[in-house]
Amino acid sequence: MNADLAAFIGRRLAAALLFVVVVSCAAFVLVRIAPGDATTDLYMQRGGTAAVEETRARLGLDRPMVSHLASWATGLLTFDLGQSSVYGRPVAGLVKERAGATAALASLALLLAAAIGLPLGVLTASRPAIAAAVAPISIALVACPPIIAVLALLLLAIETGWLSIAQGSYAVPTLALALPLAAMLERLQSRAMAEALASPDLVAAAARGVPRGRLLWVHAARQSLRPVLGIAGAVVGTLFSGSLAVEMVTSWPGLGRLLFDAVAGRDLFLAAGCALVGAVLVAVSNLLADVARALIDPRVREAA
Amino acid sequence: MIASAWVRWRMRLGAALLATFAGVAILAPVIAPNDPNSQFQDKAYAPPMRVRIAEGGSIRAPFVRQQVLEDRLARRFRDSDTTPLTLIWFSDGRLVTLEPSDGPLLLLGADSLGRDLFSRLVHGARLSFALAALGVAGALVLGALIGGLAGSAGGGIETGLMFITDFFLVLPGAYLVLVLRGALPLILSTTQVFFLMAALFAVAAWPHAARGVRAIVATERQREYAMAARAAGAGPLRLMRHLLPAARSFLGVEIMLLIPALLIAEATVSYLGLGFPVPTPSLGTMLQDAAKVSLMREAPWLLAPAATLFVVVLAVQLVVWTSAPATDLLVGRRRTQ
Repeated sequence: MNADLAAFIGRRLAAALLFVVVVSCAAFVLVRIAPGDATTDLYMQRGGTAAVEETRARLGLDRPMVSHLASWATGLLTFDLGQSSVYGRPVAGLVKERAGATAALASLALLLAAAIGLPLGVLTASRPAIAAAVAPISIALVACPPIIAVLALLLLAIETGWLSIAQGSYAVPTLALALPLAAMLERLQSRAMAEALASPDLVAAAARGVPRGRLLWVHAARQSLRPVLGIAGAVVGTLFSGSLAVEMVTSWPGLGRLLFDAVAGRDLFLAAGCALVGAVLVAVSNLLADVARALIDPRVREAA
Repeated sequence: MIASAWVRWRMRLGAALLATFAGVAILAPVIAPNDPNSQFQDKAYAPPMRVRIAEGGSIRAPFVRQQVLEDRLARRFRDSDTTPLTLIWFSDGRLVTLEPSDGPLLLLGADSLGRDLFSRLVHGARLSFALAALGVAGALVLGALIGGLAGSAGGGIETGLMFITDFFLVLPGAYLVLVLRGALPLILSTTQVFFLMAALFAVAAWPHAARGVRAIVATERQREYAMAARAAGAGPLRLMRHLLPAARSFLGVEIMLLIPALLIAEATVSYLGLGFPVPTPSLGTMLQDAAKVSLMREAPWLLAPAATLFVVVLAVQLVVWTSAPATDLLVGRRRTQ
């Protein structure tokens, strides 16, 4: 393993760690300074000042913010994320199972989208007939962000019964996330392929008589990897954002819905925990994409 | 040749759709036949009225039929056979209505509270579009300032500002907006939501613009006029004033990309109940009704806001997506030429 790649990964790891710490502390501070706290409902319901004071003391809401944040951050070192006031459970376990549900949904959608979008992009860049057939579908799907796609799929499922809408079924949520992403990847791959095919080395390869299939699927496809991996960060963001909408519509027990519950219920520890785990997921995905880019393109290692 | 005609046609279609949408949004109070918030008795879940022009084989002025509630529990309506209700144009400051004694004109049917869905959609599109436009303006100002400063200052300022930009860039937008929204009071008035959400969207959406502007301005900084300005003693701020115009066309494209993104963001946040309050119509608040699985079959017209969002995003795609037909660049074709 060469040294510059190791150094690159080290720098990226440090940046990812900083990212996770800043994001989760920021979420903690934002929910803490928000007007109203976890006892607002209690106060509204029973009006008992003593009960409210007791709960506030138990949650640490009566302490100054800095010491509160510091004790929460210390707890992190032992994976103690505090107690959720909405669910009445430790945040760590709650966040772990919900993050798993979101990660499963998002990674399945990503696999599906890549499996459909990337090969299709190679084909549309090389065959006009396929391009003409795929382009309208692709444009329509790009215009269907997950929150629209999930409604359309639900309607389809109800009208035709082709898809299961049972609670916990992967069909609708995965497709709602995957289809717009597949269309986006197809567009991108197609454009990257076109650029690769026009580059001088590919023209030279064609002139040398490299067979068409090899030219497309080996030479050009490898060159097109770089621009496609370049938007990996955007893809991760899109997946998470889309997943939030899909989780809310289909009642998928994921991280997005948990964060929503935390924000709506002013659940400080839960919000901070969700932000922490979300940040870890985002950081790890971006790290993987960065490493993949560094592996195929040495220039990336020196740049950042 | 055919391909380029198709591209031009596609762009025109997209632009026409966008112009229609903007026109409807601006003229909403005139176009909506009814008050978006008035609830009409016995009209809950009324289906869309069909506008007809033929009666008994002869053509006449456009009219609709009165809807009669047949079964309240099954929400079944039928068209009555009595005299047709002729549409009235340009009366009382509205484009098209019915005689007040004839009841409401329900072009897209009614929602669960018996409100006119078409009027709500038109007013909702207006509000959502205005919010998205304000959010885009804020995001572009922020992005141009930060990216422009980074690009024209260079050095440590550039590195620092771009670090912050990249930090925000990888945050998933919906999560960011949700957490920022969490720091605000949960219950806000429509006006407060409008301005606060525009600010939130600007904060969530600026990094992409900042990155693009920085790249353009940093390149521009190498040109002679920029060097001349620096030689004449221009600091980063004054230099930025000279360099920023170079990013104009990029910012134009950015508007087209951000408007649909923010319309979707509004729809998501309002759908979650953290956006516009009840009963304000917006594309997002209307999605709450649309997303009820139990109603989709009986009242599919409630999906109209989702369809509207789809058409708007599609229109933007048609305009933006102008890539040269990739097949022209194909080596295989060159070989045959």
